[in-house]
Amino acid sequence: MSEKPLVALRGIEKRFASGVRALGGLDLDVRQGEFLSLLGPSGCGKSTALRLIAGLSEPNSGAVEWRDGARPEIGFVFQEPTLMPWTSVAKNVFLPLRLQGVAWRDAASRVREALAGVGLAGFADAYPRELSGGMRMRVSIARALVTKPPLLLMDEPFAALDEITRFRLNDDLLALAAQLKTTVIFVTHSVFESVYLSSRIAVFAARPGRVTETIEISAPRVRHSDFRLAPEFSDYARRASAALDAASGARAA
Amino acid sequence: MSEAREAGSAADGPRLDERVDAARAWRARLVEIALPLAIFAAALGLWEAVVRLRQIPPYILPAPSVIAETLVKDWSVLSASLLVTLSITFEALIAATVGGVALAILLSQSKWIERAFLPFAIVLQVTPVIAIAPLLLVWLEPSTAVLVCAFLVAFFPVLANTALGLASTDYNLVDLFEIYRAPRWKQLVYLRLPSALPYFFSGLRIAGGLALIGAIVAELAAGAAGQGTGLAFRIVEAGFRLNIPRMFAALALISATGIAIYGFFTALSTMFLGRWHESAGGRER
Repeated sequence: MSEKPLVALRGIEKRFASGVRALGGLDLDVRQGEFLSLLGPSGCGKSTALRLIAGLSEPNSGAVEWRDGARPEIGFVFQEPTLMPWTSVAKNVFLPLRLQGVAWRDAASRVREALAGVGLAGFADAYPRELSGGMRMRVSIARALVTKPPLLLMDEPFAALDEITRFRLNDDLLALAAQLKTTVIFVTHSVFESVYLSSRIAVFAARPGRVTETIEISAPRVRHSDFRLAPEFSDYARRASAALDAASGARAA
Repeated sequence: MSEAREAGSAADGPRLDERVDAARAWRARLVEIALPLAIFAAALGLWEAVVRLRQIPPYILPAPSVIAETLVKDWSVLSASLLVTLSITFEALIAATVGGVALAILLSQSKWIERAFLPFAIVLQVTPVIAIAPLLLVWLEPSTAVLVCAFLVAFFPVLANTALGLASTDYNLVDLFEIYRAPRWKQLVYLRLPSALPYFFSGLRIAGGLALIGAIVAELAAGAAGQGTGLAFRIVEAGFRLNIPRMFAALALISATGIAIYGFFTALSTMFLGRWHESAGGRER
């Protein structure tokens, strides 16, 4: 297991113009193929860390080191579905391919496949406003996965959904990630969601944001709802909660 | 798969609701159209009755029937003038649309360009056309001066609304384009321009009305100097001759033109935005 990490964050410092120290002394390795949750309270800098990995912002000091020298192709899912309202579901999913210069007739089958993967095969011609919140989020996931990226970044994607929809999307996401062998970095503030989804949890402390503890979840990658009721699930949840408590106790300011 | 079933059943609900909603919307639209038409017809009837009962002479207030008669009788003169006014309005509107959109795109390229040029646009906007018209008439051919006036008033709403639209693109989508390393022109074509469309259309609707006003106002200024053949000139001319029915007939044509322009752009906007934007009629539940 001494494989080089897919991406490593080394001694990251990030300050905003307002003077807030969002990240301080952040070290984190992301391993090939894992489902890593960044767990922490709101405002602890976990989304900022995700944006650094995506290349959407630059650290003030420290480095984001990619195993292959540069950032690979990524998929990104925001907290909101972030669809283009003026065009159909299919054309929304087509966007990443279109931006790569792929023509529609070459992309159509891949778009169909991505939509079928999230259970929206019959909705290619619908417009985003005609869909429910959960279905919009599915479109957003299909868009992120249509290029079959080796790395998927998700920023609290299910936070605004009801619990029933969220559980269903949790299961489908696990199945898709396993099927595509995608590495996933998943930002969440839900202990239970992080335990259910992850192969590893990185617990964040706030002000400045940094990882205080990582927890390995050694259950099979594809899980079903009975895992939520298993004794090991509550053990992991208890450990993660304790780590969160310890992290908030370790608050510097 | 289970998610397919979930998606399917989730879709049946809105579709049923949509049918009920469509019926409700249809009834609402009927009332929306029929009610104002009935009120308008009643107002005309009242006007006709008052003029006849009180025997008001046509050079004070002509009855609607007399105005309609004049419209038919003077149609050759009035229609020629209508054509002049219409062509000025549309030429000005096309120039304002092209110019406004082009400048809005230019301004959206950098904050510095925006800072530098926006004051000029605002000065042009806040200065009343009627005050510039005499100056333009000194500098330019009367027909050109009228066109420039109409252009100046129609230009700003297109510019301001399009610029606002270009600036209010969803920032998450902007991030997404950055993640996929899209060049600036692709961001403009696939993201900023489409998301500015609703703003652009509301600007265009305002500009349509203003172009007509600009054309009329400039024509009034030019007409007083003995130039022009548009509808505004017909009004001035009819006023001098105390031909009040013709004045009203020209006025009715100007109103009808304004309504037609507004209706045209509303229909255009519905055509483009119908399926995605709340402003285009459909109710969001």
